[in-house]
Amino acid sequence: MTDTTTAAPATRVDRTRLFAWLQEYGVYAAVLTLLVLNVLFTPRFLDVANFRTQLVQVTPIVIVSLGMALVIGTQGIDLSVGSVMALSAAMVVLYLGYGVLPALIVALVAGAAVGAAGGSLVAYVGVQPIVATLALLVGVRGLANVLVPQLMEFRNPDLIALGSSSVAGVPIIVVIAAALTLLMAFLVRRTTFGRQVVAIGGNRTASELSGLPVKRVLMTVYMISGALAALAGVLATARLQASDPTSLGLFIELSAITAVVVGGTPLAGGRIRVLSTVMGALLMQLLSATLIKHNLPQSWTQMVQAVIILTAVYVTRERGPR
Amino acid sequence: MMTDSEVLPAHDAPAARTAAAARREHVGRLLQHHGALIVLAVLVVVGSVAFDFFATPENAASVVVSSSFLAIIALGMTFVIISGGIDLSVGSLFVLGGVLAAYGSQAGVVVALLLPLAVCGTFGLVQGLIIARTGMAPFIVTLAGLLGVRGLMLALSNEGATTYLVKNPAFAALGQGELFGLTYPVYIAAALALLCMLLLQRTGFGQNVFAIGGNEHAATLMGVPVVRTKVLVYLMSGLLAGLAGALNAARLSSGVTILGIGLELDVIAAVVIGGTLLTGGAGSVTGTVSGVLLLGVIQSLINQIGDLTSSFQQVVSGGFLALVVIAQRLLSKAQRLN
Repeated sequence: MTDTTTAAPATRVDRTRLFAWLQEYGVYAAVLTLLVLNVLFTPRFLDVANFRTQLVQVTPIVIVSLGMALVIGTQGIDLSVGSVMALSAAMVVLYLGYGVLPALIVALVAGAAVGAAGGSLVAYVGVQPIVATLALLVGVRGLANVLVPQLMEFRNPDLIALGSSSVAGVPIIVVIAAALTLLMAFLVRRTTFGRQVVAIGGNRTASELSGLPVKRVLMTVYMISGALAALAGVLATARLQASDPTSLGLFIELSAITAVVVGGTPLAGGRIRVLSTVMGALLMQLLSATLIKHNLPQSWTQMVQAVIILTAVYVTRERGPR
Repeated sequence: MMTDSEVLPAHDAPAARTAAAARREHVGRLLQHHGALIVLAVLVVVGSVAFDFFATPENAASVVVSSSFLAIIALGMTFVIISGGIDLSVGSLFVLGGVLAAYGSQAGVVVALLLPLAVCGTFGLVQGLIIARTGMAPFIVTLAGLLGVRGLMLALSNEGATTYLVKNPAFAALGQGELFGLTYPVYIAAALALLCMLLLQRTGFGQNVFAIGGNEHAATLMGVPVVRTKVLVYLMSGLLAGLAGALNAARLSSGVTILGIGLELDVIAAVVIGGTLLTGGAGSVTGTVSGVLLLGVIQSLINQIGDLTSSFQQVVSGGFLALVVIAQRLLSKAQRLN
């Protein structure tokens, strides 16, 4: 009755091929187009300082969306990442007295613990990922605010250095994000764990029947997502030179999901595209930077983002009854 | 109200099933359908005994008044979730509705109400059409809606810098006028809840919503108008969110641009706490109303326990939501085994 694909067979084949191409290379093409347009039309776009600012700004989103890509690959979703960033920001200043490394470890452990809570709800209790992590989003943000009620500045030189120093002109946090991207790409493509994650996302029942440790893998995936979000929280705090659990990471789950989806990873799971996810995050950053540089307000950015998300999902959506 | 007691005896009970198991299942169903109501009653009793200020009419009125806006949005969300979907755009639509109502109130009460309803309804309609026609996940379509609507709201309000004031006394009275100590939005919410209850339980549309949420494929094969029902459900959700926003603007006498961000999560939490399954196919309006009131009572209790900040409310709400979904999951597992 309501079949949308009633076009003639020939055009339909063309459309399927076009969508497949778009899903595969669309995000790269879009980034390239935007770059070219900017080089042509935006004054001083090629400044090194400009690139540095853009990269530093996008770093937390990139790190969070790496974990998100993994979770979405298992057919899940992790809404708690923004709150985990807030919690790790709170943790890192509370334990800064012991030095940067112990504080960092505490923050990462806290993030992984939140991930473990979400993961066990999803894997062992069987709660839908969206509700399990929604409960954490609400609760963990509250917890972070209870721990550090208002903006707390710190003067630890090591942590400040982590946020503001550079190696060969590239900010350290960008180097960290790049290293994590490569690590994640390796994890997904070349390890047993990566294959298991993709298999579970593709068909959980079949994975269970063929003896994969489904619950353990799911648990690990959510823990990785939590730990990555915590790291993003620490890096953002280091750059801010203050801990701000009230607003740090607010709505970053939306940006991360957007990056993953725009990168062509299907929400239905079973496929993870790490490099494209990073490209997706860069595309959104580039887009908002372009609009801002041409004096178009924030509201435009959000409306354009909405259209891009819809297009990306339309292209990658699953066909046929699910 | 539910049909538990009628269904159970009619069930062809296997010999192995003992009376104890039947009783356990009955308790399980009772908990799932009315759990929020039971916890609400317990909390009200405990609060009244423990704190003098809790059981006062003023406090009760303040809880009910502040819950009424959440309740109106949650009614629409109940239909959406029962149909197996989700609507993340309601928080943005709530804010947009408020801004449009305050803007429209310059031209009279009718415009102040119709403008937000028309715009928010259109957004709901478009989202519903996209979801129903293309088969894209409701989660992502309404996420895009959340961003797009927020963008539109910012564009209308000069990037959030302009706050339109409601200077029309007749429209402001709609949100502030009182009857028996309660403001009008409470009665509007109550009337809508009654209406939604009838719609869900007693009409073909309500049955279609349940059927689609239970098994969309089967519903399609049975000839349920899946597309139409879905579109209507999202249209309803958009309309109710816009209405709640308009009433809130009338209450505050201005179209505030920052309130209501993240509201969709509170709404979903209330609906889920009320016993509506996020997998679709089961749920009730009474449960949703209990869920909304429960969140309101928790907030009121925490506000009044002096040394606790409002952050604790988030911790409690989050923890409670987690408990509820665990309980729901275990209960539905137990029922499937029987």
